[in-house]
Amino acid sequence: MEKRNARPTREIVVPGDVLDGTGMKPGENAYVLDGKVRASVMGVRNVFQNTVGVIPLRGCYMPVSGDTVIGVIVDIGPSNWMVDICAPYPAPLHVNEVPWKVEFGDTSRYLGMGNVVLLKVLSVDESKKINVTMKDSGLRRIEGGRLVKISHSKVSRIIGKSGSMISMLKNMTDCRITVGQNGMIWIDGEDENAEVAVQAVKMVEAQAQAGNLTDRVREFIESRLPQDEDEYDEED
Amino acid sequence: MSGHTDMVLVDEKGMRIDGRTAEQHRPIKIEAGVLNNADGSAYVEIGKNKVLAAVYGPRECHPRHLQDPTKAIVQCKYNMQAFSVSDRKRPGPDRRSIEISKIISEALEKVVLTELYPRASIDVYIEILQANAGTRCAGLTAASVALADAGIPMRDIVPAIAAGKADGHVLLDLNKEEDNFGQADVPIAIVPSTDEIVLLQMDGNMTREEFDHAIEMAVGACHEVYDLQKDALKRRYSKVQKEVSGDEQ
Repeated sequence: MEKRNARPTREIVVPGDVLDGTGMKPGENAYVLDGKVRASVMGVRNVFQNTVGVIPLRGCYMPVSGDTVIGVIVDIGPSNWMVDICAPYPAPLHVNEVPWKVEFGDTSRYLGMGNVVLLKVLSVDESKKINVTMKDSGLRRIEGGRLVKISHSKVSRIIGKSGSMISMLKNMTDCRITVGQNGMIWIDGEDENAEVAVQAVKMVEAQAQAGNLTDRVREFIESRLPQDEDEYDEED
Repeated sequence: MSGHTDMVLVDEKGMRIDGRTAEQHRPIKIEAGVLNNADGSAYVEIGKNKVLAAVYGPRECHPRHLQDPTKAIVQCKYNMQAFSVSDRKRPGPDRRSIEISKIISEALEKVVLTELYPRASIDVYIEILQANAGTRCAGLTAASVALADAGIPMRDIVPAIAAGKADGHVLLDLNKEEDNFGQADVPIAIVPSTDEIVLLQMDGNMTREEFDHAIEMAVGACHEVYDLQKDALKRRYSKVQKEVSGDEQ
C-alpha cells in the first residue's frame, strides 16, 4: 500500500495475467500456477518486498474485524438489529453490543428501520458470519448530515496518504466527515459546504486512477468555496 | 443442422458465404463496464450477434436453500429478447435457455474463486439482443468479462467460440446459415492459462479427425478472443485515465 503512490507507472492487470515468473511470492489477490504468480482480480500490480499482488479496482466490501463501518438498519429482531453494511452477508448487531440497556423485545425503541449507525466489525469467522458492535468510543447512531456511497476500493483514495486527502476535505469544506471502510461516507456541515464536500468525494471516486488528485480536488473546492487565504496555508 | 439448402456454404476456393476462410472467426467487438447500475457488465458483438451481460454480487443467496455453506454459487440467467431472432421469440425461459444458463454457470464456476464467499451467490444475467448463431459462446465471453469487471476473484477469464462442419468442411465460428444447414456445431470454452476445457457440446456428426481439427482450431481462436477480452478490460481504465488527464489541459 505504501509503495503505491511512489511508483510512476501503474500496470493494470486482469485475472489470469502473469504477475511474476521469477520466484516472488503471491501477495493479495494472487495465486500460483506452474511456478508463476498470476492475478485473480482486475486491478493494479503491486510489488511489496518479495511478494507481488494486486490492488483491486472494483469489488465488493469484505468485512475484516476491527473495521469501522457505517451501516443502515434493515431489520429488527427481539434481541438484535440487522444492519446493511454493504457486504455480501447480513451483519447482526446484538443488544449486548449497544451502549444502552435494552429489554428483550424492546429493540425498536432504540434503533428503528433506516437508522444509520457507526459500527465496528467485532469478528468475522471462516464461514463469514459477521458480528458488529457499537460499544466503543465514537461509535453511535448518526443523525443529520448526508450519506454518500462509494466503491470500497476507493476508500484509501478518500483518506489519502497518511490522511492528507480527508484532512484537506475537512478543513476546506468545514464539514464533519466520517469514512466507513465499507465505502459509506457521512458528511455533515452547512448546506453549501456539504454539497461541495459530497461532490469532491464523488470526484475522488471518479478520478481515483489519476495522479495529483489532492491538488485537483483542492482546485475544485477553491473554485466552489472561496477560502480565507491565511487560514489554510499550512495545508501543503 | 437438420435443414437442407441449395446454398453453397463453402465455394471451391474455400471461401464462405460471408467472405471468411474456414479458419477465420467473425469480427469481434468487446466493451467492458457499459452499465452503471450493475456491479460489472460487458457488451459483446460477434458478427451479427449482440450480447449484453451484467453481474451482481457476491451477495446474499436467495432462495436460501440454494446456499452452499462452503462456497459461493454462480447463478446464470441466459435470456433471448423477443426481437433477437427474425421470427419473434416467445419471451420467457424455455428448455434451450435453461440448458444454456446451466452450462454457462458451470463453466464460470470453474474459474471463479467461489470458496472465498461461502453462502453467497454471484448472479450473471445474459441478454441476447440479436442472435446469429453462436450466442452461447458470445454470452459466456461477455459474462466472463463482466465478472472480471465486477472485481470478482477468478483464476482466469473464459473465452468461448464454436467450430463446426458445413458442406463437408470443418469451419470456425459458424454463422446462422452454416449452423442451420451444416452437419455439426461444436461450441467450446477454455481456461487459457491451462487450456482446460470448461464447456464442450456437440450437435450433429463429425468423424474423429474432423472433431480433433475443430477443437484445435477453436482452442487457437479462443486465445485470440482472450486477448480481446483482456484488452477490453484494460481499455476501460486507460479511458478513465485519459479523460482525467484530458481535462487538465
